[in-house]
Amino acid sequence: MKQKLVVIGAGMASGRVLEHLTETAPDAFDITLFNAEPRGNYNRIMLSPVLSGEKTYEDIVTHDGDWYAQRGIACRFGEHVVKIDREMKVVEGENGHVPYDKLLIATGSAPFIIPVPGKDLPGVITYRDLDDTNAMIDAAAKGGNAVVIGGGLLGLEAAAGLAERGMTVTVVHLMGHLMERQLDEAAGYLLRKDLERRGITVRTQASTKAILGEGRAEAVLLESGETLPADLVVMAVGIRPETRLATDAGLDVARGIEVNAQMQSSDPDVLAVGECAEFDGHLFGLVAPLYDQAKVVANTLLGQPDAFVVKELATKLKVTGCDLFSAGDFAKGEGREDIVFRDPARGVYKRLVIEDDRLIGAVMYGDTADGSWFFGLIKDGTDIDEMRDTLIFGPAYQGGDTADPLSAVAALPPEAEICGCNGVCKSTIVEAIAAGATDLTAVRASTKASASCGTCTGLVEQVLQVTLGDEFQMPAAQPICGCTDLTHEDVRRLIKAQELKSQAAVWQELGWKTPNGCHVCRPAINYYLLADWPLEYQDDPQSRFVNERKHANIQKDGTFSVVPRMWGGITNPAELRAIADAAEKYDVPTVKVTGGQRIDLLGVKGEDLPAIWADLNKAGLVSGHAYSKGLRTVKTCVGTDHCRFGTQDSAGLGIKLEQILWGSWTPHKLKLAVSGCPRNCAEATCKDIGVVCVDSGYQIGIAGAAGMDVKETELLCQVPTEDEAIEVVMAVTQAYREGGKYLDRLYKWLAKVGMDWVRANVVDDLENRRALVARFELSQSIYRKDPWAEHVRDKAPSYAPIADFTLEAAE
Amino acid sequence: MSWIDIGRIDDVPLRGARLVKTRLGCIAIFRTAEAELFAASNACPHKGGPLSEGIVHGQSVTCPLHNWVFDLNTGEAQGADEGRITTYPVRLEAGRILLDARAVTERSAA
Repeated sequence: MKQKLVVIGAGMASGRVLEHLTETAPDAFDITLFNAEPRGNYNRIMLSPVLSGEKTYEDIVTHDGDWYAQRGIACRFGEHVVKIDREMKVVEGENGHVPYDKLLIATGSAPFIIPVPGKDLPGVITYRDLDDTNAMIDAAAKGGNAVVIGGGLLGLEAAAGLAERGMTVTVVHLMGHLMERQLDEAAGYLLRKDLERRGITVRTQASTKAILGEGRAEAVLLESGETLPADLVVMAVGIRPETRLATDAGLDVARGIEVNAQMQSSDPDVLAVGECAEFDGHLFGLVAPLYDQAKVVANTLLGQPDAFVVKELATKLKVTGCDLFSAGDFAKGEGREDIVFRDPARGVYKRLVIEDDRLIGAVMYGDTADGSWFFGLIKDGTDIDEMRDTLIFGPAYQGGDTADPLSAVAALPPEAEICGCNGVCKSTIVEAIAAGATDLTAVRASTKASASCGTCTGLVEQVLQVTLGDEFQMPAAQPICGCTDLTHEDVRRLIKAQELKSQAAVWQELGWKTPNGCHVCRPAINYYLLADWPLEYQDDPQSRFVNERKHANIQKDGTFSVVPRMWGGITNPAELRAIADAAEKYDVPTVKVTGGQRIDLLGVKGEDLPAIWADLNKAGLVSGHAYSKGLRTVKTCVGTDHCRFGTQDSAGLGIKLEQILWGSWTPHKLKLAVSGCPRNCAEATCKDIGVVCVDSGYQIGIAGAAGMDVKETELLCQVPTEDEAIEVVMAVTQAYREGGKYLDRLYKWLAKVGMDWVRANVVDDLENRRALVARFELSQSIYRKDPWAEHVRDKAPSYAPIADFTLEAAE
Repeated sequence: MSWIDIGRIDDVPLRGARLVKTRLGCIAIFRTAEAELFAASNACPHKGGPLSEGIVHGQSVTCPLHNWVFDLNTGEAQGADEGRITTYPVRLEAGRILLDARAVTERSAA
């Protein structure tokens, strides 16, 4: 005869139990499922994306009425259980009794309500289930102010969601920094900054005294006496296990319903699973252990031996754009050592805590790609002594030739856990792929890997790629080119961190897949190396596009254009005469005035270049770098010398800037202009860096463009003196050189780092500004020189053919 | 087959190229490694770009005009582009570059 199983609560844990049971033994039990919520099971950890509007309820349903019906499960949704009668083995529902042979309590948890006056006012809600979420969505539709009490995982996800929906949100948190249970102070600080950037106000060390309001919530009163206006108050200070039924039934209950490793309560026919259960003094709120418990419950019910064990847990925050990870123990302590990596520009912080050559804790913010690898090291207690030097760079940099993140995935053992939420290991995914699941959706459907919180999606994709090879098209992550899987940002970071000072070192240490790169990566790496190691690294002409190698612009017919520099657009009869003579002597077919205020000689034969340069050099003319990813021109108007409106010596400043900056290499071309007054005749407001002179000084704007994109500059600062203007221009140029991705114009770089960052580092922080200037000067001690003169002197023969048989008689 | 000495390998930059002019058109000599040379027609079949000005990588060259990439072993364009450059036998002997004489004299027949 079939046994009768009654399940109280349709949540994620019991949903998983029912899956196991109906899959392995569909006929073992007659099942009745009670749920106080009037619906089936949904993925509760995805409520945050529902709140923020990124997903809908339909997206997160995991078991609907049909699912239960197909498996013959009798559902009593929306019906509260009144009582459990253990003597009679009967569960008493609002609408009638159901007898049981086995009972599973999965009542989950209830939000903790802090006992302050006003806690029961309308407008005060908790954040626990779909109804709470919908209540918040409705409240947010009216706009206004929201106060979220509690700066933990749930509170912050609520805050971000409400802000996303247009409310003005303040988070009130009792402790000194956010998510203090998962994050250390530094990561908490970065998180706070990210939230504040989205307009969320964060109040730490703030204690709630009361919720004020006439008939509904209107404000939150803090212990400090301050009141925060609040149309909506969300309490997210914590949860407590929902144990009322168990207590009434006389089961052993501590904080939760006490269970043994088989998930049985003090009554062996009554089991408990999920957030309502307590095992060995532990409560469980994250999904991974709940799913472990679910498996044990199913096995116990079916008479199979199994035991639940407590594992280390890792945490991620599901707020788009806030990338954080924490696992293990990261408190400071005797005998514990830290490895810390910070990249302030990118807002990246990583900290590893090591004790006795074992990794015991990891906190990461901003770049959490390696989180699961570190988590594995913590769980397995791996000896990390040998890889200590490079540990913080993650699995991609362990061992000689494994800079490829895919090879790190390939190297994972079959039992390595890929999806922490669902406890899916690599071999399960690989088997699913072999059985025909060849894309992410199919793998998700058949294994559930990445189907819960979704943060392991990238890993699952990598397993797909490792398993299927070229048959799988990887969607995201843009590597520099086919020679590497690393991004520009990765490579730049590693060049500095590992002190790679030659291209060979980059290819070797970062595991290039080609012997010496390609036309895409070579110029980029060459630039990064010379920008980061100006003294140590020697520029490689063979890694440059022909224009920069030959210091002239190649034209469609293979001839070149020659543009001598005219400092600030100022020239004189002697220079013009030399240009005219050269044009005649070398049969230059086209002479054109450029937009950068100089003269272009178009159609010069490659082998004539050294000769025409030598002639131009004699008149004092040097390369205009019209071909370079570097300083092009500084365009000017005449300013106070002649103009009746000029406020400053704009031409003079332009010449000074050009003389300081010329020859420098930058991620992309760099065009400047200086206008003598706001009439802006030099068009300074569409340049990478543009100075507009005013009576009181110099307005410095950056990030303009007038090419494929047209952009007006944004004001960086106004400074009173010419010296300071020069200093700021040098510093911002150097900051762009150090941080910009190759072939990103300055405006693209700015979009990544933000004006606030630039202003803080270049304008406000004087010490840093001077350091940037000093580094720029150091680099310019090598590069501020005329490449034409150098090539005329050292390289002229290389411009001629190595052999010429056109001059010889035929044999 | 006869070989013509066209110069020293040291006169070709590593991962670079030099030009040989003939009455039948230009030939590019590519130096792909310390002691590895290739010779091929200098003109890209796409728009006639000068391949000796391209970036040399692996055993390939990228045309400077529109980034067509050619395998110097076969002369075949790589990737989606279709086209081929003529390749010529070239040898290295005691630091000297020896080019198949027919490349200079009998191009059209080659």
